[in-house]
Amino acid sequence: MAEQGVASVWRRIKAIYTIQGNMCKTCGSYYFPPRPVCPECRRKGKLELYTFKGLGTIYSYTVVRQAPEDFKRQMPYVIAQVELDEGTRLTAQIVNVDIENVEIGMRVRACFRKIKEFGQGGIIAYGYKFEPTMKVTGHKEKSSPKQKEP
Amino acid sequence: MVGIVGFGVYVPRYRIKTSDIAELWGEDGEKIGPGLGVFEKSVPGPDEDVATISVEAARNAIKMAKIDPLDIGAVYVGSESHPYAVKPTGTIVAEAVGCSYNMTCADFEFACKAGTAAMQAAMGLVASKMIKIGLAIGSDTAQGRPGDALEYSAAAGGAAYLIGQKNPLATIEETVSFTTDTPDFWRREGEDFPSHGARFTGEPAYFRHVGEGAKLLFAKTKTTVDDYDYFVFHMPNGKFPVAVGKQIGVPKEKLEDSLVVRQIGNTYSGSAMIGLARILDIAKPGSKIFMVAYGSGAGSDAFSITVEDAILESRGMVPTVDDYIQRKTYVNYATYAKYRRKIKALG
Amino acid sequence: MRNRVAIIGVGMCKFGELWEQNLKDFTLEAGMYAIFDAGVPGSDIDGMVIGNMSAGRFTGQEHLGAFAVDMGGLGDIPAYSVEAACASGGAAVRQAYMAIKSGEHKVMLVLGSEKMSDVNQTEAMNTISVASDWEWEGMFGATFPALYAFMARRHMYEYGTTEEHLAMPTVKNHANAAHNPWAQFQSPVPIDVVMKSGLLADPLRVLHSAPVTDGAAGLVMCSEDLAKKYSDTPVFIEASDQSSDTLALHDRKSITTMNAVVSSTRYALKEANLELKDINVFELHDSFSIGEIILTEDVGIAKKGEGGKALEEGITEIGGKFPVNPSGGLKARGHPVGATGVAQIVELALQLRGDAEKRQVDGAEKALAVNIGGTGATSIVHILGR
Repeated sequence: MAEQGVASVWRRIKAIYTIQGNMCKTCGSYYFPPRPVCPECRRKGKLELYTFKGLGTIYSYTVVRQAPEDFKRQMPYVIAQVELDEGTRLTAQIVNVDIENVEIGMRVRACFRKIKEFGQGGIIAYGYKFEPTMKVTGHKEKSSPKQKEP
Repeated sequence: MVGIVGFGVYVPRYRIKTSDIAELWGEDGEKIGPGLGVFEKSVPGPDEDVATISVEAARNAIKMAKIDPLDIGAVYVGSESHPYAVKPTGTIVAEAVGCSYNMTCADFEFACKAGTAAMQAAMGLVASKMIKIGLAIGSDTAQGRPGDALEYSAAAGGAAYLIGQKNPLATIEETVSFTTDTPDFWRREGEDFPSHGARFTGEPAYFRHVGEGAKLLFAKTKTTVDDYDYFVFHMPNGKFPVAVGKQIGVPKEKLEDSLVVRQIGNTYSGSAMIGLARILDIAKPGSKIFMVAYGSGAGSDAFSITVEDAILESRGMVPTVDDYIQRKTYVNYATYAKYRRKIKALG
Repeated sequence: MRNRVAIIGVGMCKFGELWEQNLKDFTLEAGMYAIFDAGVPGSDIDGMVIGNMSAGRFTGQEHLGAFAVDMGGLGDIPAYSVEAACASGGAAVRQAYMAIKSGEHKVMLVLGSEKMSDVNQTEAMNTISVASDWEWEGMFGATFPALYAFMARRHMYEYGTTEEHLAMPTVKNHANAAHNPWAQFQSPVPIDVVMKSGLLADPLRVLHSAPVTDGAAGLVMCSEDLAKKYSDTPVFIEASDQSSDTLALHDRKSITTMNAVVSSTRYALKEANLELKDINVFELHDSFSIGEIILTEDVGIAKKGEGGKALEEGITEIGGKFPVNPSGGLKARGHPVGATGVAQIVELALQLRGDAEKRQVDGAEKALAVNIGGTGATSIVHILGR
């Protein structure tokens, strides 16, 4: 037995901290979170660990205005499906942005934040959120939506 | 020689104006900024803490240094606001930046100089060839009790330094420390906010220790103020570093560039280290930097640093201190209170 | 002729916030209603299935099979509890369908039930969230409305669907529910009220979302050859089909279509040897109004991207060519998650029997229900006929 969140977060730490998924050497598909089986190739698939570059575009998004208690301090917050440059999507909060500026196609990069606290005395789960690319993220100033970084 | 092979900083996006804090408590908002030398301070987002700030700064440092994180042999994080009282911040940082499992790691605490203490420890391991590269971080999300004088300056930010011997951007010729038992500022276990000795934090604490540390370093390196182009002192506010500079005889222009406290407040363990980063962002090769960090309790760590040619190639790779200072969004006191957990009912 | 599965009795409790009743009380009520409606002696029932999503978290009670058989006084018959998130009810119907088809059971009681109002908002939201991919969506802050908001935002982006369109299913379904005595909300709501209701997750608003509801629904099912013994008005299950898709919404190639709905509908029509135009009435899973728009397209009532237009043109109103959710749907009848799939079948059986009173779709011969689990990871389609 383990305290709430401890083992379930710990065993995913690599994936959550560094966006580590896998790619199938047979068909070239990328997966995040890592999949146990390549759904395209099944037994012919050859999955290898792959750390994503952490760059992508917003595929769809919303502003959460009603959330469970542990997200109250952050409300309202932006959450999105981010399409990573490698071609797979994940779900993450978008931070360091004004709500009115978020749009489909916006360029974003991964940053490191607190994801969830398992109560005040419980463990803290850290991991990826995304923020718009800009000078302070080490990217071109005001990269416009849909325009990919070199 | 041991030196800095890469560095990176991180300052959260949010700011609160000290005049807004003053007005909430019925003080004169217009006088507070100039009086304290702090006009606004950084505020961490509700999902930011010392671990997240440290990771962002460390990732910048590694990107600049172009090193393989597997070559890092030690990760030391200095802070007085570690997210866990027991359980290291350093392990979170090491895992997030992709370090090997075959390395040593610990958290440091010495009020505002925990980060420079971490630098010294890393220097020792590198110089003795126990490790190739050490990652030393100073980072804080400092808390001030609502209504307390500290609330005007306690800020959030951090800096990460990679200490190594190969191709340093700046060499560290010497470091010395001055340490006594002086209780000018403290936080007891289990307390939410620190307490301090008010005016006692000045003369017997900050000024004595920074002054003695500087004196020791001048003596040991056989240098004077004239040998240095830039000075960096710990910045609990905008007044103290200027005053100590005056005591030591530092011309204003040699101190000016490091005074990030005016725009972001006192980032505690990050304070002098972010000030140093601001100098490293702009200094020409060959420039000499004199830094004294101060930690309550009390002690000072003084460093003599020379900027090397390699620094030119490292520029433009990662965001500068100014990039972070300029990226800002103001919040009001209510939002600040929500983000900083000053609203206890929210848990 | 193939031996179809018949529905010989239907029953429900009034849906709503049932403060005075616990899970046992209203589940029993719906079950007894269905048994009386069927006119079948309890001793003839040889098996029971209950659909329920999360009684363990909502009420602290699991092992609902034994729980329901015991309180219903049904003796020692086998009892099964099935879970497929919001499609648990549909899954229960399909389990009974397969059990009867196989000959293992003759006469079965099917229940769907959920007690949701005994927990606070955080617990209710977290419990619903586990229908999506909790570790990779929910934990990262994607509430269940947020996931449907992703679909809505993308649908607006790809097809020009408007905020008016998002409000239309609510207006239609509330108008229908005004004639459904079992519905949680029996009053119409004007479009401007829907469009000004509070935002849950932009662009989705409170009145685009199904409510938190307590309730249960029940069916008595048996094989076709036995049906005549009990009932003069049996309704037959012409097809029962189910498809799966990725658990996480972000793993789908498109989030403006639900592949599981497309395929399960296609299989069901084929199994029933029908075309979509033969279907006279629909119950489509509208946990959020964007869900009804997407399902309207995915079952084939409207072309992809034109679900909003179909609503605009009144095609899906009672009296339209393809009436959708005459019961009021999940939005207005209420959405006790485990009960919904069964309640859909109750409504369609009543429609085919001509017992739907003021919300009757005239001359309905064939009916189709789509019950969704999660964000479309499970789709269960039933086609009923007279």
